[in-house]
Amino acid sequence: MQFSEQWLRSMVNPSLDTAQLGHALTMAGLEVEELTPVAPAFSHVVVAEILEAAKHPDADRLQVCKVKVGEEILQIVCGAANARAGLKAPCALVGAELPGIQIKQAKVRGVESFGMMCSAKELGIATEANGILELPADAPVGQDIREYLALNDSTYTLKLTPNRADCLSILGIARDVVAMTGAPITVPVIDAAAVSSHLAKTVTLNAPDACPAYYGRVIDGVNAQAKTPDWMVRRLERSGIRSISALVDITNYVLLELGQPMHAFDHALLQGEVEVRFAKAGEKLVLLNDTEVTLKADDLVIADGNGPVALAGVMGGKPSSVTDATQAIFLESAFFTPDVMAGKARRLGLSTDSSYRFERGVDFGNTLNALERATALVLEICGGQAGAVTAVTAQLPARKQVTLRHAYLLSVLGIDVSLVQVGQLLTQLGFAYTEANGVFQVSAPSFRFDIAREEDLIEEVARLHGYEHIPALTPVAPQSMLVAPEATRSKHWLRDVMVNQGYQEVVTYSFVDANWERDLYGNAQPIALKNPIASNLSVMRSGLWGGLLDALDYNLKRQQTRAMLFELGARYEKGAQGFAETLTLSGLVYGSQQPEQWAAEARTFDFYDAKAHVEALFAQPVRFVVEQHPALHPGQSARIYLGDKAVGWLGKLHPQWQQQYGLTSACYLFELDADAALATQVPAYSEVSKFLPVRRDLAMVVEQSVSAQAMIDAVMNENISQLKQVKLFDVYHGKGVPENKKSLAFLVLMQDTCKTMVDEEVDTIVAKILNNWSSKFAASLR
Amino acid sequence: MADLNHLIAEAAQDFAACHDVPALENAKAKYLGKSGALTEALKGLGKLTAEERPAAGAAINVVKQAVEQALNDRRDSILAAAQAKQLASETIDVTLPARAQSTGGLHPVTLTLRRVEELFHSIGFSVADGPEIETDFYNFTALNIPDNHPARAMHDTFYIDSGNDSMEHVLRTHTSPVQVHYMENNTPPLKIIAPGRVYRVDSDATHSPMFHQVEGLWVDEQISFANLKGVVQDFLQKFFERDDLTVRFRPSFFPFTEPSAEMDMSWNGGWLEIGGCGMVHPEVLKHVNIDSDKYRGFAFGLGVERLAMLRYGVNDLRHFFNNDLRFLQQFIK
Repeated sequence: MQFSEQWLRSMVNPSLDTAQLGHALTMAGLEVEELTPVAPAFSHVVVAEILEAAKHPDADRLQVCKVKVGEEILQIVCGAANARAGLKAPCALVGAELPGIQIKQAKVRGVESFGMMCSAKELGIATEANGILELPADAPVGQDIREYLALNDSTYTLKLTPNRADCLSILGIARDVVAMTGAPITVPVIDAAAVSSHLAKTVTLNAPDACPAYYGRVIDGVNAQAKTPDWMVRRLERSGIRSISALVDITNYVLLELGQPMHAFDHALLQGEVEVRFAKAGEKLVLLNDTEVTLKADDLVIADGNGPVALAGVMGGKPSSVTDATQAIFLESAFFTPDVMAGKARRLGLSTDSSYRFERGVDFGNTLNALERATALVLEICGGQAGAVTAVTAQLPARKQVTLRHAYLLSVLGIDVSLVQVGQLLTQLGFAYTEANGVFQVSAPSFRFDIAREEDLIEEVARLHGYEHIPALTPVAPQSMLVAPEATRSKHWLRDVMVNQGYQEVVTYSFVDANWERDLYGNAQPIALKNPIASNLSVMRSGLWGGLLDALDYNLKRQQTRAMLFELGARYEKGAQGFAETLTLSGLVYGSQQPEQWAAEARTFDFYDAKAHVEALFAQPVRFVVEQHPALHPGQSARIYLGDKAVGWLGKLHPQWQQQYGLTSACYLFELDADAALATQVPAYSEVSKFLPVRRDLAMVVEQSVSAQAMIDAVMNENISQLKQVKLFDVYHGKGVPENKKSLAFLVLMQDTCKTMVDEEVDTIVAKILNNWSSKFAASLR
Repeated sequence: MADLNHLIAEAAQDFAACHDVPALENAKAKYLGKSGALTEALKGLGKLTAEERPAAGAAINVVKQAVEQALNDRRDSILAAAQAKQLASETIDVTLPARAQSTGGLHPVTLTLRRVEELFHSIGFSVADGPEIETDFYNFTALNIPDNHPARAMHDTFYIDSGNDSMEHVLRTHTSPVQVHYMENNTPPLKIIAPGRVYRVDSDATHSPMFHQVEGLWVDEQISFANLKGVVQDFLQKFFERDDLTVRFRPSFFPFTEPSAEMDMSWNGGWLEIGGCGMVHPEVLKHVNIDSDKYRGFAFGLGVERLAMLRYGVNDLRHFFNNDLRFLQQFIK
């Protein structure tokens, strides 16, 4: 809502300067987003009349003018092409200071000049100008231009919240200024126009719930080409509305002044009676903005004998609109209920000053007044004879009484305001109330649509009391300790483990390129956004690798050569019902395994580096099982299991994607369900054996394809009680081992908790192990 | 008895010619070995008379001691030289760089959130979370924003293509729905913060389509608007480590709180908008079956990137999501 300060001050003029008034508005909840003076500071500029304009003797483009600035006549050299005898224009006198210009007596090409004729740009009231500013012929010569053009004004732009529809007019803001300052209000005097025309329209309300009040009148014999008075043009312009024609300007003026949207039809173009009804589905209407809309059965329309002529409360129809040729108008002032108006304009891709107000609530107590106000302005500006008002009304919204308990108010706000002060604030707001035993019964006026419950009144009191005067008090509350169970790890712990392993955390978008989903996750039907911000951010990620690869790419293009990146965030999948989100930890390593240095031999990251990073995250041992993933190299891909549960993936980026992403070196990736890594246990003591373990080392020759983990699992699954651990400690190919085979060296730890093991027992266990491996893996001792 | 004194000089000369311990032991044999000159001399004492023996013995011992002294001195000297040589050979350039390790770091948004969590945890707030793909109900309706409410236009919402699903899903536009989930599943008193990602259809120098908020909620019997101001002010003072920082509330409107306020924070002589807040609206409590006659609460929402920018002096929101290592690694602490 943009408006002129002077217009507001014509209704309420508190003793606050422009900035103070702005601050007061903001602190009362009408946030001033912008405050701009209409004109910059300048002085000594007056209305002047050019009496003569003669060519400069020595310059083609200059004229020497005789200018009347009051009693005095000055000689002024002027370069504007439009300077001519008889023209009235602003003149800056010697001594004037304009933005960036100081006016001095000067010689221009040898001719004395005693001032300067000014353009709108030179005065700082326009950004462009073509010649000096032409003033109307009746402008009084000698009058200060600031006064004549009412330039001592500012425009305020308010960022109004949706609950404050009552402030979408000068009158509404003025009322709130009264409430906040107690200054007196002067509202325009509105008298009913004398009826001097017999013309009238019959109006039928066929949707009384949607339109409980409709007032209309014919004004006949109007001059549609009348000129809108300057003061009105100025007020409209300073409120951000361009002058169009007198009739349109008047309806806009009343809209701004009183907050009542109005519409003027060309009376001659309305056929028969007027009806307010819901549209018949499929009915069409060409609107004032030249678009044709097809209506739905819940669109409210104004119709004449031929069909819809206006989309009620949104926009008038083109065919029945006023034109320069209009001689009689039918002026409408109605109340359409917010419930019916809500969303209708938006559905048609429209938002008008009218629909904006009706959706939020227009004062239904002022509908007729607004019609009379507009009538008076039409008669004054365009002439004509007013017909009788056609008034059709139904059940208007009721304002129910709202209870406000003084004690509750104080307790909710944590402030101290007396009963008397509360009553006074309610009065300033224009709220009627009774009070007994500290309980107010309050009725909100017809212009307030946001007062339905006690909290609404508490907010009003708080707002006028001043949020600034509410103290900052920390609560007093019973305390109890707040510690997470010991068997949990926090997300921060996970992040710290990653950081301590050398990883940098990144945060990437949750929405990604659909190609990433298809390529990296084999996900042809990702969760899509209906309205993505960009085509490459159109689907929800089902894994985090795309974002990590993108971050890698970004950094490689900026001369980084290695990276260790991780992200902790949700991945999104379609669930059995709705959508599933899983907190996921993903990591990526790329380039040399350590920063470039003298102290270690350079090598690039490999699978087992990333595997170590993954293992560091789990409290329980995890298992890596050979499985395939679309993003990963088929020979270097493992699914991660915690117990029987698959909790993630680890592997080398598939060479196909490596090439596609333009990576010169291999990239290793992992992705885990964070919850699996967050699970831990409270440690439980078990007895430390007094007997030393026995170690045997077994080097086994097996086929290349045999998995070491499978061999370990095979013997551990035999549940040999004294067998404590089987661990691989060496892998060997080469001399002494046949081609296509490898030697795996395992250490086997055996221990008895009750006694020292004898050689025979040890040999028996070793024999079992060898048997197992020999039969299952064709393994032989090297 | 021959004069043995010449042996002292001879031994000294022999020992000096030795450069390691084995050579020295060999050289020793000539004088002190089983058939060494001095050993032989001592053996010869038996041939002397009892009167002659003491003086002769003493003379031999003087020589023997001198030779032994020379031997030990030489041995010490050889050992010292050997050790010195070893030390010299083991000397390294201690100014060479340390064996390099990768240095990891946290994202500044995480640093900020961690600090926010720590501060609120210190006065008993737990951390709650909720889904980012929300139903229209939780994101709007349960927060007292019905269909077609003009307040919906304040949120530029991302809608999910739910196919045939009749339930409308959105990317949550704020962390406030977490309030609703938490209140549905817990009974007052409640004290939570809910940090997380939120989404708005907006992208320019000062808006990111994805950003982070932290929601705070305290529901109890005697919670007041003044308490809200107190907690927020305490938080901001501790977060920025500035006791002189004050909070200003301005009346505003959020359908899920009333009274509602915009929070401004004093900063460099002016005021900076830092988030929105208010007393939880009774309609919201009603949706989650909390008795609004008995309980009330406050809620607030803070922009995490805003806090991070102010705290660390970051001047461009876009840095947070470019993931440029040159930016991120400035936050290693």
